Amino acid sequence: MNRPVEPSPMPPHQAEATNSRNNRRLMSTIWKHRKEYLAISPFYILFAIFGLFPIGFSMFLSFQKWDGISEMSFNGLKNYQFMLTDPEFWRAVSNTLLIWIYSTIPMLFFALIIAFLLHASFMRFRTFFRIGYFLPNVTSLVAVAIVFGTVFSNNYGLLNYVLSLVGLESVEWLNKTWGIQLAISVMIIWRWVGYNAIIYLAGLQSIPSVLYEAAKIDGASGLQAFFRITIPCLRPIILFTVITSTIGGMQIFTEPQVLVGNDGGVSGGGLTIVLYLYREAFVNNYFGYGAAVGWGMFILIALFSILNWRMVQGNSSNH
Amino acid sequence: MFTRKSFVLYLGLTIGLLLSIFPFYWLVVMATRTTSDIYSYPPKLWFGPHLFDNISRVMASIDFFGAFLNTLFVASACTILVLFFDSLAGFTFAKFDFPGRKWLFIVLLATMMAPAQLSLVPSFVIMATFGWVGTFKALIIPGMVNAFGIFWIRQYAQESIPSELLDAGKIDGCGFFRLYWNVALPILRPALSFLAAFTFIGVWNDYLWPLIILNDESKFTLQVALASLNGIYTTDYAMVIAGTLLAVIPLIVLFLFVSKQFISDIAAGAIKS
Repeated sequence: MNRPVEPSPMPPHQAEATNSRNNRRLMSTIWKHRKEYLAISPFYILFAIFGLFPIGFSMFLSFQKWDGISEMSFNGLKNYQFMLTDPEFWRAVSNTLLIWIYSTIPMLFFALIIAFLLHASFMRFRTFFRIGYFLPNVTSLVAVAIVFGTVFSNNYGLLNYVLSLVGLESVEWLNKTWGIQLAISVMIIWRWVGYNAIIYLAGLQSIPSVLYEAAKIDGASGLQAFFRITIPCLRPIILFTVITSTIGGMQIFTEPQVLVGNDGGVSGGGLTIVLYLYREAFVNNYFGYGAAVGWGMFILIALFSILNWRMVQGNSSNH
Repeated sequence: MFTRKSFVLYLGLTIGLLLSIFPFYWLVVMATRTTSDIYSYPPKLWFGPHLFDNISRVMASIDFFGAFLNTLFVASACTILVLFFDSLAGFTFAKFDFPGRKWLFIVLLATMMAPAQLSLVPSFVIMATFGWVGTFKALIIPGMVNAFGIFWIRQYAQESIPSELLDAGKIDGCGFFRLYWNVALPILRPALSFLAAFTFIGVWNDYLWPLIILNDESKFTLQVALASLNGIYTTDYAMVIAGTLLAVIPLIVLFLFVSKQFISDIAAGAIKS
C-alpha cells in the first residue's frame, strides 16, 4: 500500500517479484500472529458451518421439493408461489403482526412507567423491586404457557372466575381468535415488561442531572423537561427495545405451541409464522417449503426493522 | 417524608410487583392441589396437601430426574465451552493487534443480525447429515461460541486489563496462552460470571431446537419433557403443574443468587449495544 508511485509501469517480471515479496511479507506477519488467529478462529469456523452455510443452503432448498427422505427434485419457484397463495400463510402473518401489536405497545408503555417509578423510588427498595420484576424473564416459556393455560382456561379458568365476580359471562378464551391472541400477548407482556423496564431505568440513570438543573434554572416545567430532555435522551434506548421486541415478536413459537398445539388452536388464531414453519417442515416434512417460509419470514423481519428504524428516525427530525 | 406522591409511587410499584409475582404463587398453589381443585369455583388460592402425591405421579409418568440431568449436562457443557471460546476470542480482540482485526470484528458483529429461524430447516438437515439428530452434540456444538459473548468480553477486557500488565507478563516469558489463562482470566471474572448465567439460563429454557432435534424420550431436556407431559396428560393437570414447578425451581434459585449483578449487566449490555 505504501509503495512509492512509479513514474513508468514496471516490467512484468519485476512487478511479479514485488508482489511475491509483499505476499511473503504478509504471510510472515500472519504467521507471526498465528496464535491470535487461532484464538478467534472457533467462532468463524462455527459460524461458517452453522450460520453461513445454512443460509446459502436454505436458498437452495427453497427451490426444491423434498420430504427429507426421498430424492430431492427441483421445482423452481413453486414453493414461493404456494406460500404466497396459501391463505394459512397469510393468516400466520396477520396473527403474528396482531400479537406483536397487542403485546409490544402495552409492554413498552408499562415498562416506561415502571422505569420512572423505580427511578423515583429509594435505592433500598429499588434492588428488591428490580429482582421481582425481572423474575418472569428467566422463567421458561413452556412453564409460563402451562401456568397461563390455567388462567385463560375455557371453563373454570381463573380469568373466567374474575369475570363471573363482576357479573360477566365466561369466555372460551382459547377457542376464539382474539382470545388466544390476547392470552399470548399477556404472556409476552408479563415476561418482558420487567426486562424492558430495567433497560429504560438504566437509560434514565445515564441522563446527567445537570441537564434537568439547567432546565429548571431556565424556567422549564416538569412536562417540558420530560419531552425536551428525557424522551430525546432515551430515544436510542427506545429504538433498541422496539427493534429487539420486533425481532422477538416475529419469532413467537413456544407460547401458542404449548398452549394450543401445532395448528394454533381451534380458531387458528395462535398460528404464528414460526409455528407455521415448524408445522410444515417438521410435522408435515415439507423441508423445501419450510426453507422458503424461512425466507419469507426473514424478509418480513427485515421490512419491519427498517420500518421501525424509519419511524424513530422520522420522529427525531420532527422535533 | 411519606408524602402522597410517594404513596402513589410505591402503590404503583407494589401492584406491578404483585402482578409479576402472582403466577409463581399460583403455580405453587396449584402444585399442592388436585386437578378438580384447580378448576373449581371459587378457585382455591391457598396451599393444599397434595404436593408430594403430585410429584410422585410426575416421577412415575416421565423420567423427570433423567430430563433434569440431561438439561444440566447440556446447559453446563454449553456454558463452559462458551466461557472458554468467547473469553479467548474477546481477550484477543481487545488486547492484541493483528492484520484484519477491525474487519474481522465488524464481520462478527454483523453475524448477530443473521436470524436463527432462517436456518432452522438447513441446520436440521446438516445435523442429519452429520448423524447428530437425537444427540446432545446437536444442542451443544452450534452454541459453544457466540458473537454476543465475544463482544461482551472484549468490551470488558478493553476497560479492565492494563496493557502494562500484559507487557510485564511478556517480559517474564509468558506465552500467549499463559497471558490469557494466568493474567486475563482472573481479571475477566465478573464479565464471565454474567456470561455464564446468561448462557446457562438461555440453554436451560431453550425449547424449539431441542424439540426438533431430540426424538428419544431418554434424551429429552426438561422443556421438551414438560411440553410432552402437558400434551399427553391433559386430565391430570395437577401432576403437569407439579412437574412445571420442579422444572422452574432450579433456575429461580440460580437467578436469585446472581440476580443483582445479572440485572445490572443486562441493562449495561443493552445500553452499550
